[in-house]
Amino acid sequence: MTELSPTAPIFTQTHSGRDERIAFAIMTLLLVVAPFAVYPFFLMQALCIALFACAFNLLVGYVGLLSFGHAMFLGLASYVSAHAAKVWGLDPALAIIAGAASAAALGAATGALAIRRQGIYFAMITLALSQMIYFFCLEAPFTHGEDGIQSVPQGRLLGIVDLSNQTTLYYFVLAIFLFGFLVIYRTINSPFGDILKAIRENEPRAVSLGYRVDQYKLAAFVLSAALAGLAGATKAIFAQNASLTDVQFSTSGEVVLMTLLGGMGTVYGPVIGAFIVVAMQQYLGQYLGEWVTVIQGSIFVVCVLLFRRGIVGEIAAFFKRSL
Amino acid sequence: MLAILGISPQQLFQQLLVGLINGSFYALLSLGLSVIFGMLNIVNFAHGALYMVGAFAAYFLLNEFGLNYWFALVLSPLIVGAFGALLERVLLRRLAGLDPLYSLLLTFGLALVIQGVFQNFLGASGKPYAIPSALAGGVNLGFMFLPIYRAWVIVFSAIVCFSTWFLIEKTRLGAYLRAATENPILVRAFGINVPRMITLTYAFGIGLAALAGVLAAPIYQVRPGMGADIISVVFAVVVIGGMGSILGSVLTGFGLGVIEGLTKVFYPEASNTVVFVIMAFVLLIRPAGLFGRVA
Repeated sequence: MTELSPTAPIFTQTHSGRDERIAFAIMTLLLVVAPFAVYPFFLMQALCIALFACAFNLLVGYVGLLSFGHAMFLGLASYVSAHAAKVWGLDPALAIIAGAASAAALGAATGALAIRRQGIYFAMITLALSQMIYFFCLEAPFTHGEDGIQSVPQGRLLGIVDLSNQTTLYYFVLAIFLFGFLVIYRTINSPFGDILKAIRENEPRAVSLGYRVDQYKLAAFVLSAALAGLAGATKAIFAQNASLTDVQFSTSGEVVLMTLLGGMGTVYGPVIGAFIVVAMQQYLGQYLGEWVTVIQGSIFVVCVLLFRRGIVGEIAAFFKRSL
Repeated sequence: MLAILGISPQQLFQQLLVGLINGSFYALLSLGLSVIFGMLNIVNFAHGALYMVGAFAAYFLLNEFGLNYWFALVLSPLIVGAFGALLERVLLRRLAGLDPLYSLLLTFGLALVIQGVFQNFLGASGKPYAIPSALAGGVNLGFMFLPIYRAWVIVFSAIVCFSTWFLIEKTRLGAYLRAATENPILVRAFGINVPRMITLTYAFGIGLAALAGVLAAPIYQVRPGMGADIISVVFAVVVIGGMGSILGSVLTGFGLGVIEGLTKVFYPEASNTVVFVIMAFVLLIRPAGLFGRVA
């Protein structure tokens, strides 16, 4: 029993946050200039999925809860936001808020059930619940089953900013991503985040210190669900559709893959992991077809056996820095 | 009373039978998961994929080697079980002592690889597997028509489940196994080869999954996606039953199959989700599962 936690913190005592702030500046700069070099649609897709992965990492990396059903939040929020924008004709900002709120509500309900069991049971319960939501989305009339919700209007943000302009849309999505990213960063570096990490490291001890562990876990779960929902809701607006893909089990698996590959419990790992996996799907998907699944599975096996800290985790350990 | 609800007894018994069939598969699969969990303390996410491999093994034994159903019933669990032993020796063993989440991720990755490979070479469509001639046909029971093969699946699964229970709870080998679950170091000190026992346990659990696959082959078509479809329900079954008890997982498996079948009669819209709804209620009332012990 040398390594109890999947995400034992790397050099917490030297954690000053300076490296992370420099990395944040570099990341923001890169993302601001990126649309001049890379296809914006790909970037927006990657940003939404990266926010989704960061939200997932908040749970697995900092509370030690592995959810195998996070697609339910992404998918439900994207349906709600698409429906709100198209059928109710809401402002895109309101549609996205409605989507995120629905995911938070679902997170409160499913989280209350799932935190009643720990470890591997938690993974199985979240998987089963997300499967239930999948069937709900398949059969509920407002999602239009296999067809999904198509041609969602991008609309005018607050009635002023025209989001059908590709560049404006990109910076809107980037702003949402940075907002979500900073919320997560602030959370894990707050007293609340410290208690979450304490629960991850030694739950019985956190209980004995008098913390109501279940309430902390539930709060983290709801926050993670809401941010995953924010990603899904934004995705529905920029991609102009919501479909069963976002709610199905393979999406839940992919977010685990991204986070594992990038580095569980690192701030930037999920972002790197998401960009790699989305790029792999977009650019290699056409040549490899179904082999993408095999490659994804192999990455799981290799990561788990050879580098459990993920890309960012290994880099951080090599330079003895916190990223 | 059934007439009032507008349901023919024919339909009711038919769905009950379908429920018992599905229940047999749930029972065999959750039994394998429980056995593996008890010994290795891991959740085998590759269980559904290996169930699918079991079905394909039967398909290939018939079409490539001309070996019929009865050979497949013996050979497929052995072949797939041996493959499981290899997986345990080469991959899973490296993760012993680490957080069980890593082995969960590893087996999940393996499931993706296995399913992806089958999908690439064989396509997503289903392949038919004929019912063996000795079990073809059916009997008219008066109130319903009973296909012999389906009756065979239910009876045979029940026998296999009971034998597994007997093996683990009532034999000397089972006693070693249970002892090794409680305290592997002490059992090793008595001169019992625990690592080999772990490998064989994993292979046995996989063998049960493959056996379920062979039994399923003539009922459902043999498809690469068949494992992924069933595994989430099996996980819900395991959460409901709790992994602590062998008989518990068998009873839960059969019971939930029947409930699912009855839901198809009385409220078809919910038949896909009823097991998950029951899981939610069980978590509220008895978080450790119906037969589980609180850790």
